[in-house]
Amino acid sequence: MSEQPSDVPSQQPEGEKPQPAQPALEMGAAWLRGDGESHDVVMSSRVRLARNLAGRPFATKATRRDRVETMQVCRDCVMNAALAEKMIWVDIHGSPALERQLLVERHLISKNHGKGRGANPNEDPRGVAISVPDERLAIMVNEEDHLRLQAIRSGLALGDAWNDIDAIDDKIEAKLTYAFSSKFGYLTACPTNVGTGLRMSVMLHLPGLRLTGEIEKVKRAATDMALAVRGFYGEGSEPVGDLFQISNQATLGKSEAQVLHELERQIVPRVVEYERLSRRELLAKRRVGLDDQIWRAWGLLVCARLLTTEEAMGALSLVRLGVSMGLLRSAGPGAEGPTMRVINQLMLLVQPAHLQRAVGRELDQEQRRAARATLVRTKLTRPRIA
Amino acid sequence: MNRKCDHCDREATVHEVTVRNGVKIERHLCEECAHASGISIQPQKPIDELIKHFVVAQGLTPVVPPAAQPARANACPTCKTTFAEFKQHGLLGCADCYRAFEGQLLPLLERAHEGGQTHVGKLPKRAMSEVGEEAVREAAARVAEEREQRVRMIRAELDQAVKDERYEMAAKLRDQLRKIELRESQAMQTDAANEGGAA
Ligand SMILES: [Zn+2]
Ligand SMILES: [Zn+2]
Repeated sequence: MSEQPSDVPSQQPEGEKPQPAQPALEMGAAWLRGDGESHDVVMSSRVRLARNLAGRPFATKATRRDRVETMQVCRDCVMNAALAEKMIWVDIHGSPALERQLLVERHLISKNHGKGRGANPNEDPRGVAISVPDERLAIMVNEEDHLRLQAIRSGLALGDAWNDIDAIDDKIEAKLTYAFSSKFGYLTACPTNVGTGLRMSVMLHLPGLRLTGEIEKVKRAATDMALAVRGFYGEGSEPVGDLFQISNQATLGKSEAQVLHELERQIVPRVVEYERLSRRELLAKRRVGLDDQIWRAWGLLVCARLLTTEEAMGALSLVRLGVSMGLLRSAGPGAEGPTMRVINQLMLLVQPAHLQRAVGRELDQEQRRAARATLVRTKLTRPRIA
Repeated sequence: MNRKCDHCDREATVHEVTVRNGVKIERHLCEECAHASGISIQPQKPIDELIKHFVVAQGLTPVVPPAAQPARANACPTCKTTFAEFKQHGLLGCADCYRAFEGQLLPLLERAHEGGQTHVGKLPKRAMSEVGEEAVREAAARVAEEREQRVRMIRAELDQAVKDERYEMAAKLRDQLRKIELRESQAMQTDAANEGGAA
């Protein structure tokens, strides 16, 4: 996204440029880089902490005045604590629906935090602080808990993400007193988060397991280990693009270090190994069929004139598989074929709000399908500069 | 392309997949029908549902009309949330609710957290300064015990990794052990410094 705006198919006359966007949205999210440990399978690692301020009611019992105060206290703290080189703050209740959706698509706020139809003076005051340009850090204020701190990294890097957020948490706690009990730990609005308030999750790309029909086994095993399995956009979202999030559920009686160890050293490496094994098996036993599926997906992306999100995500998933296996080296204008980074970016850019932001105006469904096809084709067939 | 709601003609926007005993059950609902059947898009829904079902199945609290005496007795003194209210949306009203509903919450917490009942993990400095010496000692002891267990576990994994000739993993585990030890010695130095300052 850092190459904007020249690479965006503009569907409007020159001179009618869209309003300058909020800074974060024009920048690249660091977690899309497509690097880091096991990046062929692990797209990103995310760590989130739930925190509340002592002596203030939780969301369900907060009056409007409580909420306004909580927001001011939290905003002042996070914006003045030098948490990152540069932070921006977005008032969610004052943002139009498209902006909210954009933040949701970028995994910077939850669906719940972004709900609502647009700027409305009666909406609950709430917001988010984001580190820019890397977007590695996002702090939601007045979500289900007063504070939701999130750190996100590319590849399997839960340890690094934990270190990031642990330090941020210390800086905030130096200024604010958290609701805490020595027995139950950090007190949260929902008892399912009480204790460490910690949610560690990895976004896994598992096309090999889907193609070999093993994906249900993995999901079942994860569920048996008391892990949650969700789609790209979390709760209730369909698993598009063979992307799955796996995260811990228990937060009481288990230390942060224990959860980290279980996920990063025990569980995720096993799933990664399982996925790689499936890929090797496909290569050894179904090479022609695999090549065919990957190249058809490439063909769809560079030729189609209309693309739905689901179609685009399905094809991008196969192309990502092809790139990681070195099967698409002769595709596209470059000598090396498309990069993982471009594919990762496209998985985000084809989402409805991103697409409309890229084009610079609101589009209906039909227009979106056309714009999506144009955007994908341009990105994949235009010679790379860098 | 788009799926219709299981209950009406509108487009389904809420999709729920539940896996029970290896059987996948899917529900596709429009927002209104989802709302009517009590599904709302909330983080950690599986667990929230578990709690709801669990609370209902165990009959932990009889549903009493809000005006009745027992309900009032069962309200949080600070925010006036009742346990019945909590059951409705799964959210507590304030930090004191944990104390007010401790007895009722305990079985539920155990169930939601794989048997976990007490906090083991990070201790915030500022908040800990207000909980009393006894509680600080107990919490610190739990943390130390957990760390020892974890070190034992990682050592065993390290031995296994070496045996299996998984050297990359072995190196990572060794690195992890070194970091734990380093942190321990740092913490001891800080404690010593603090005690020196207080004396
Ligand atoms: Zn319906
Ligand atoms: Zn309360």
